[in-house]
Amino acid sequence: MAHETGQIESISGPVVKARGLHGVRMYEVVRVGHEQLIGEVIEVGDDICTVQCYEETSGLSPGEPVVATGDALSVELGPGLIGSIYDGIQRPLPELKEMSGDFISRGLTVEGLDKEKKWTFIPSVNKGEMVEPGSVIGEVPETGIITSKIMIPLGIKGEITEIVSKGDYTVVETICKVKDDHGDIHEVMMMQKTAVRKGRPFKERVPMNTPLITGQRVIDTFMPQAKGGTGAIPGGFGTGKTVTLHQFAKWADAQVVVYVGCGERGNEMTEALEEWPSLKDPQSGRPLMERTVLIANTSNMPVAAREASIYVAVTLAEYFRDQGLDVALMADSTSRWAEALREISGRLGQLPSEEGYPAYLGSRLAQFYERGGRVKALGGKDRIGSITLCGAVSPPGGDFSEPVTQATLRIVKVFWALDKDLAARRFFPAINTLTSYSLYHNNLEKWHREHLGTDWPDLVTEAMAILQKDQELREIVQLVGPDALPESERAILEAARMIKEDFLTQSALHEIDTFCPIGKTYRMLRTIIRFTRKMTRAVKLGVNVRRILEFSVLDNIARMKIAPWDSYESTMDKIETKMEREFQALFNELTEAGFITPEI
Amino acid sequence: MVRESSIVYRTVTDVRGPLLIVDNTHNVAYNEVVKIRAPNNELLTGTVLETGSGRAVIQVFEGTSGLDTDLTAVRFTGETMKLPVSTEILGRILDGSGNPLDKGPPLTAEDHLDIYGSPINPYARQYPRQPIQTGLSVIDGLNTLVRGQKLPIFSGSGLPHNRVAAQIVRQAKIPGEEGDFAIVFAAMGITATEAQYFMESFGETGALEHTALFLNLANDPAIERIITPRAALTAAEYLAYESDMHVLVILTDMTNYAEALREISAARSEVPGRRGYPGYLYTDLSLIYERAGRIHGRKGTITQMPILSMPQDDMTHPIPDLSGYITEGQMIVSRPMHRKGIYPPIDPGPSLSRLMKEGIGEGMTRFDHKEIQAQLYYGYSEGRDLRDLVAVVGSEALTNRDQKYLRFADRFENEFINQGEFEDRSFETTLDIGWNLLSEFPERELKRCDPSTIQWAKERGAYKIL
Repeated sequence: MAHETGQIESISGPVVKARGLHGVRMYEVVRVGHEQLIGEVIEVGDDICTVQCYEETSGLSPGEPVVATGDALSVELGPGLIGSIYDGIQRPLPELKEMSGDFISRGLTVEGLDKEKKWTFIPSVNKGEMVEPGSVIGEVPETGIITSKIMIPLGIKGEITEIVSKGDYTVVETICKVKDDHGDIHEVMMMQKTAVRKGRPFKERVPMNTPLITGQRVIDTFMPQAKGGTGAIPGGFGTGKTVTLHQFAKWADAQVVVYVGCGERGNEMTEALEEWPSLKDPQSGRPLMERTVLIANTSNMPVAAREASIYVAVTLAEYFRDQGLDVALMADSTSRWAEALREISGRLGQLPSEEGYPAYLGSRLAQFYERGGRVKALGGKDRIGSITLCGAVSPPGGDFSEPVTQATLRIVKVFWALDKDLAARRFFPAINTLTSYSLYHNNLEKWHREHLGTDWPDLVTEAMAILQKDQELREIVQLVGPDALPESERAILEAARMIKEDFLTQSALHEIDTFCPIGKTYRMLRTIIRFTRKMTRAVKLGVNVRRILEFSVLDNIARMKIAPWDSYESTMDKIETKMEREFQALFNELTEAGFITPEI
Repeated sequence: MVRESSIVYRTVTDVRGPLLIVDNTHNVAYNEVVKIRAPNNELLTGTVLETGSGRAVIQVFEGTSGLDTDLTAVRFTGETMKLPVSTEILGRILDGSGNPLDKGPPLTAEDHLDIYGSPINPYARQYPRQPIQTGLSVIDGLNTLVRGQKLPIFSGSGLPHNRVAAQIVRQAKIPGEEGDFAIVFAAMGITATEAQYFMESFGETGALEHTALFLNLANDPAIERIITPRAALTAAEYLAYESDMHVLVILTDMTNYAEALREISAARSEVPGRRGYPGYLYTDLSLIYERAGRIHGRKGTITQMPILSMPQDDMTHPIPDLSGYITEGQMIVSRPMHRKGIYPPIDPGPSLSRLMKEGIGEGMTRFDHKEIQAQLYYGYSEGRDLRDLVAVVGSEALTNRDQKYLRFADRFENEFINQGEFEDRSFETTLDIGWNLLSEFPERELKRCDPSTIQWAKERGAYKIL
């Protein structure tokens, strides 16, 4: 079919108006100008339609052709996604480098999946079986971690008339034929295409009751994320948004990680590219890139592609979710995405609402976050997969009252607030425990009790109470000095200091401390809270806090963080025993002095 | 594309601020260069901001004074803006658009490069890992600069940021490695005195012949400032990626650049973002700042040090704020510290070098660098917090431990941060001064350091418990 061709009418930055494209549809992809730049229709008028161009438009002039393609912006899904690095519209960056060198030039067409590479396909269905969209027809062992399930694409339902035997195929070879009710034969290949702007369908949502373990103590303890949950991490520059998201990507116990660098620094993507292949996934021990897809649209790359990159990322995530995998998607940063919306909206002359952002900012953000969740996938047997969405927000001036932060907070269930003061003190992760929250505590309580210890919720509540009290006491200390506080309150200050320094601070750069298994987190917190309880008791009996601060077990507690992942149990046992001994000695002394009666 | 670039239009309909609007145009390309002949025969340059429906909007770099709607003639060149580049650009003084200001010959050209450049493919980038020794302890010890980094200096009016920048240029080196070194200096709206100061300072060290200067001074046309950093970075990219040089680019003052951008945006009646700056300020700044870095397989590097003055020392102002989101850290010049007589008055608290973590440690600076940096930060911020407390309750009320932190903070400012304008400290010296200051504390207090590192420092004689 010959595609409709029109002409450029006007150009303003990434926004191009074209005349004469009849029958072109909203969000259809078009090729703009002699260089065939990639663009997408974002407004359709009587004769003139508006196109946002995913490539730099310098040198384009009115009168050049614009050609419709008939397709909406789509991604290619199938074996080969894992380990890839794409730009905002799923063009593999290594291929772009091969085509145009170290700098990205324009009008390059590269497809998302390698069409030459052969994958080993292992069929799991037989001729004559009935299939529907989402039914699994076979598997491809893709990396050491991920075995891709090959599913029937949307719109195909019927009886299998042909299925290939186990063997090596490319993603575009026909591996299966399906005859529908009308007797039409549909050819199925491993690759499928999905438009990015609408979520892939699923059967139903299921409750989120498993935590996404991030290996970051402050998060796993005080504001845990659920598998399938949504979270936002706002913070001014230098507070550690990117480091935190990188930590999630490296250590979270998801099966697939999709990381989208949206309008951020080039070197941050490079860091991920250089570092992650050499890191090991803590669950499987395999290289991290075997479970990761990277999407890089750095701040100097075209602004419209930045808008698309978020949709591309979440569509890839949905594909893995539909295979029954737990996917974590990190978006850094959703503010840059919102700014791209603002820029395009401004060029279209739309009426601005708050701070120049378009009025649909909130609904677009909500649409994005609603694509997260834990669901039963389509097609036959119950496969439960999840997408956990974590978005960084970069509020101007670190002021959380701005529109993007506020619109995001209305949607997400976990809020990790980064604090500039903590960052300036190099207190990392600089997450403010008092203003941050998670609404998943109740959903996850059962899991925590079963997998950690029945006392987990109490420990968390107690620790939070200490931090809250500490905050209040600090205000008093600022006014009257520490001497004015009674010993019992000084004990609280000391307890809070232990929680903050020996538990909450965690170095992303230390080889052991960078990741903390959830079991270790539990033991560390338990030790500190037990210490606190004993300290409180001793102080009540008239012991001076300074006396307790001389305990040598405090040195061990200060170094709990660096207890190795696999042998922390024995280290923690020793510390707890030592703690018991030192306190016992103190209490014995008190008993002898007649402060307590022996049976206590 | 076949275009007639010889057509001269005399159809100017509007002259509005820095903009010129031409009607009845045909096939004018977005962003192409325009030559304008004013009624007094002066030749001006501009670029196309918007084109379509037989109408082109042009920004004029030299300003629009003297232009009219009758006699002004406009010719579209059919090309985007290009800079002639060669290594001979070093030692030259150019105006803000890259035309020679000195008495020298026209620029020779090995190549003509588009001043807007192209984004580096993130896949082609190489992560910056070589530390630069600036000789300033507060930078080297706490927030190390790395080759290929973009690290701005956030300052305010009346603060010595120029002296700090000049000292960095004088002293910056990679110990044990002398490569081909070049400086590209882009001045945007700074005063002649300031420009003079930099030129003298480069001259003293003989760096002038390794320097290309792009000068758009305070009395030069404001709109030209849109071009200046781009022209300078185009030269830098040629020197780094084609001629294997390590280039340090100084851009001063980015605030003036952003104001020029705002002027154009306002003239086009665009919807303003914060404080009247256009909504695309972030994207625009990133197109400048992201032109720093290293590329796999190419020897040269571009390190950027933009200087920007924060209006009213306000870090949340859009210019420093958006810059901070793009650059890889920031150096904050602090007015209180300057008043206390500390030089360089760089406040370690809000200052940050994001690339430091990969550029320090064994084989790069010294193995104990990470630990001592963390410990110094901890000590200094504890001490600073206590200062507030002392102001209320007096120092007698403090515990012995707190007294130590208070004394440490004072010594840290006077002995570690403070140094001479011509004092060039090595990494070793800087770190040893750090250990010496930490001698205030018993070993147990040094929670950020590994016991074995403390032992090492003891044996070295750097850490001596008092």
